[in-house]
Amino acid sequence: MIDGVIALYIFMLAAFTGYEVISRVPVILHTPLMSGSNFVHGIVLVGAMVALATADSTLGRVIGSIGVFLAAGNAVGGYVVTERMLRMFVSAGKHKERRP
Amino acid sequence: MSAGTLVQLSYLIAAALFILGLKRMSSPVTAVSGVRWAGLGMLLATVVTIVFMGASRLDLILVLTAALVGGGLAWVSGKRVAMTDMPQMIALYNGMGGGAAGAIAAVELYRGESPNATHLTIALIGGFIGSVSFSGSLIAFGKLQGLITKSVRFGGQKLVNLAILIATLALGAMIVAQSQAATPVISGFFVLALLLGVAMTLPIGGADMPVVISLYNALTGLAVGFEGFVLDNAAMIIAGTVVGAAGTLLTQLMAKAMNRSLGNVLFANFGETGAAGAGPAGTQKPIEASDAGVMLAFSQKVIVVPGYGMAVAQAQHKVWELCQLLLERGVQVRFAIHPVAGRMPGHMNVLLAEAGVPYELIADLDEINAEFETADVALIIGANDVVNPDARNNRQSPIYGMPILNADKAKNVIVIKRGQGQGFSGIDNALFGLDQTRMLYGDAQSAASQLIHAVKAAG
Repeated sequence: MIDGVIALYIFMLAAFTGYEVISRVPVILHTPLMSGSNFVHGIVLVGAMVALATADSTLGRVIGSIGVFLAAGNAVGGYVVTERMLRMFVSAGKHKERRP
Repeated sequence: MSAGTLVQLSYLIAAALFILGLKRMSSPVTAVSGVRWAGLGMLLATVVTIVFMGASRLDLILVLTAALVGGGLAWVSGKRVAMTDMPQMIALYNGMGGGAAGAIAAVELYRGESPNATHLTIALIGGFIGSVSFSGSLIAFGKLQGLITKSVRFGGQKLVNLAILIATLALGAMIVAQSQAATPVISGFFVLALLLGVAMTLPIGGADMPVVISLYNALTGLAVGFEGFVLDNAAMIIAGTVVGAAGTLLTQLMAKAMNRSLGNVLFANFGETGAAGAGPAGTQKPIEASDAGVMLAFSQKVIVVPGYGMAVAQAQHKVWELCQLLLERGVQVRFAIHPVAGRMPGHMNVLLAEAGVPYELIADLDEINAEFETADVALIIGANDVVNPDARNNRQSPIYGMPILNADKAKNVIVIKRGQGQGFSGIDNALFGLDQTRMLYGDAQSAASQLIHAVKAAG
């Protein structure tokens, strides 16, 4: 059990971290980065799985399954799309090396 | 080491990998490795959770089935989607995450075993934000995908939205006060929250959608963070909050690039109201592709301004082919990218990178604006509002004050455009009527092909 005040500390430090990590990003990476952060909150998948596993009623199981379905979509879709976008920057970089 | 400690440790490692991954994603050189690090963290946390969560056989089957179906569908759609449709796919996946946070809250609330009011309140807030983000993102997806074409607006709309918000909060307060709320009350709370997301997003014009998607991305992060508190899950708290903060900052950056405040985006209904203003000054003068090609071929310096029209026509490869021809002839070529070119900040860079355009030819607004005066030709391909000099000169214009690319300062301007109509925002463009401007009508793909022919023929 995470203590209330400790939880607030985690919350505060994580918020500063998020702000700092993004604050010096070139405009060209805004869309990929939005997509990347979209992938990161796909971690909701672990919560959805635990919620489903601890559900004790049919209603709970139905909602829990929907939750896992949606969360898996968020995590997998977010990853695939972000990776595809960022790979293009790599190939563009290689172009650069080939050009004299 | 107990299973519990092992799970906690894996979450700690996952959270660290997420932060490092995001950090690496913020530089073009390390970006791909960044998403892979974050992916590794996700995989670790997921596998450890499945193994150690102690689910019954039935629950385990449910978990794996739901995860495989959801993940499988997202995998296929994510692999297939065209680069131009990326923004709406991000909206869709983000909405799914918000929905999942809402579902976690619903499971917790229906079970009705909250240890205390704080716990209950946090679950409710997370569920509320997640639900709004879910339905709002789906509407955003529908709009960008062209499934929803009308922006629904009526008098007193803001009052209706406010009423829904107040009703939702009232139900939420009731649930906390009763601590063992009846199922219909909880259901009503979620239905109203979902309705609010729909009602909030419907009136927002398509041009503002990227900012809205980014906002919902931040909101989903927050919702995930809140549900992390409810479930005592440190990985969710950290990842959710980091995304919440990062997403808020990204949203501000995007709104700033469009010279709009967030409140303005959400409540001013920009996009379709701004048809006011004087008619277009001057007449649009057409040009044949062959003449335009000669003009380009014998220039010393050409600045290309790509816009959404190029993206829709998938013309980035043809355009780059044209530019390579010009480069071989010794013409200086640069690409000028407006911060919101395409549909999202950075979207155009992604498309040009896909076509293989090297970084050093791509310049952003601050870098390139002084160079237009020395350019022989500014070649506008499917861009409109971002080169509209009214934003600089005409106080009546709805986009007045938005930073633009000063294409009107170039000696000649060639505009590739599908027809004589207005742009995405429905505003007349003063650039098209200028003396030095010539219009090359046609879809960007075929226009670029014709120009390639013409440049080759120019010898």
